[in-house]
Amino acid sequence: MTASNQVAVRAEALIKTFGNTRALDGVDLEIPTGTVLGMLGPNGAGKTTTVRILTTLLRPDSGRAWVAGHDVTAEPDKVRRAIGLSGQYAAVDENLTGYENLYMVGRLYGMNRARAGARAKELLTRFRLNEAAERPAKTYSGGMRRRLDLAGALVAEPAVVVLDEPTTGLDPRGRMETWEVIGELVADGATVLLTTQYLEEADQLADTILVIDHGKVIASGTADKLKSQIGGERLELVLAEAADLPATAKVLAEVGSAEPVVDEHTRRAHVPVDTGSKALIEALRRLDAQDIAVLDVSLHRPTLDDVFLSLTGHSAEEEKDPS
Amino acid sequence: MTAATVAAPRHTVITRRGPIDALRDSLVLAGRNIVKIRKNPETLLDVTLQPILFLFMFVYLFGGAIAGDTHAYLQMLMPGLMVQNIAFASLGTGTALNTDITKGVFDRFRSMPIARSAPLVGAVLGDIVRYLVAMAVLVITAVILGFRVHTDPGSFLLVIALMVVFGLCLCWVSVFVGMLVKSPQAVPGVLVAFIMPLTFGSNVFAPTSSMPGWLQGWVKINPVTQLTDAARGLLNGGPWADHAAYAFLWALAIAVVFFPLAFRAYRRRVG
Repeated sequence: MTASNQVAVRAEALIKTFGNTRALDGVDLEIPTGTVLGMLGPNGAGKTTTVRILTTLLRPDSGRAWVAGHDVTAEPDKVRRAIGLSGQYAAVDENLTGYENLYMVGRLYGMNRARAGARAKELLTRFRLNEAAERPAKTYSGGMRRRLDLAGALVAEPAVVVLDEPTTGLDPRGRMETWEVIGELVADGATVLLTTQYLEEADQLADTILVIDHGKVIASGTADKLKSQIGGERLELVLAEAADLPATAKVLAEVGSAEPVVDEHTRRAHVPVDTGSKALIEALRRLDAQDIAVLDVSLHRPTLDDVFLSLTGHSAEEEKDPS
Repeated sequence: MTAATVAAPRHTVITRRGPIDALRDSLVLAGRNIVKIRKNPETLLDVTLQPILFLFMFVYLFGGAIAGDTHAYLQMLMPGLMVQNIAFASLGTGTALNTDITKGVFDRFRSMPIARSAPLVGAVLGDIVRYLVAMAVLVITAVILGFRVHTDPGSFLLVIALMVVFGLCLCWVSVFVGMLVKSPQAVPGVLVAFIMPLTFGSNVFAPTSSMPGWLQGWVKINPVTQLTDAARGLLNGGPWADHAAYAFLWALAIAVVFFPLAFRAYRRRVG
């Protein structure tokens, strides 16, 4: 058995019910060592419940899970020794400085003073918090706070890092900063479980994506695999004149792989294509031959949002009514 | 293939942990609370400013009327105010813990290999510093106003020790409430209903003999009265041992009831 086929995290048929709500309805997952699993789903899909079970904060009603070789309910202490959790609410102590926060975590992991201090400095440098090291965390920006929280999860060099919505509530800049740091973590070979509501985030960071909705895993695979599930690319045009739409639709039907869709109101037309840029060039050549003026043209790879929509019938980011 | 194929940790930092480690974890977390107090001295306002105001108000406003002489009243009031101050200071524990839980700090602690009880015990131990600061401010102010210890330094230290032990027992009520209510702001509101009859329904401000009979019944068994009498005996001279023992038993009883309740509520609250 080699390291490449080892599994760092495994869950089997996890079920958890809160009152009348079934938060998890039989979740299975598996994360090979050294890879990133992105758990993607809307609010209330069961992401945080899964994270809380895998990090020993919650016991499942039924089902089993192992992290780093240990059963989460039978050997929670051993699991806790192997994980680092960075939660949805950045768990930094606002009154302490960045250094003090990390030093305290090191001490709680049983490090002596010197080791805890050295580790704190190491992480502050790595997470570019050096200059802010002696400032109370309450003066930090949202992105800095998340980075400090993330650093706190890494103090004991855990085998498995769990990041529960690491960029929720951050501005684009804070999000980019956090992604960068997670990217480095992944490059170092950590096994990561990442939950997110952002399709782009899962696409960027995860090796494998698990789509979860209503406590059930509804799809899993690489981002490419999920995208290919809903077909190839899509050619989209915006015309100058609505009168040209019927002729355009005819052209698109010839170059595309399915029936084109036309919207008169916005003067748009789009069609799925199998041949990518070849279809794009061919379509433009034919339209040009008929003197049809095109304002805008684009070739889309399907986004994960398209995947989500086709899998669940609702968008990942739209708020669901409580039912 | 199940657990057997699951990879071992990359790195093992921690060895087996026992009760000594549990104490160590608690002390590290107590240290965290002490640093917080040092950084935010304004959080001590409730346990420093309020007793000073009480001291001035009662001594100069009511002292003459109650005891006929403000200085004599100060000597009688001061030990009782220490008890009241400790009782109020012990309320802060639940508020602070509720804040930590609401902010998610406890999730981090609980996902770490530390003793389950450490965050709770650490918070309570850290509060000893709050109690001591509260006592120091009150004593210094009283001394400036003319209060004097008529016995010896040993007796004075014994009073401080009694106060801290009383606070440590009483604070579990506050921890319990802190685990039950949703927001930190709600903690003092609920506890005032408990702390007011305890501190004002006592002989701290007026002699028991001046009260109606039905009230005397409560005042006499009130642990605040007993602890006040013990402190008066120790600071002004007079019998104290029986009162101290009675107050101590009371405090112990409160702790025995509320520690398990608080702990159970804690486990329920944080999952």
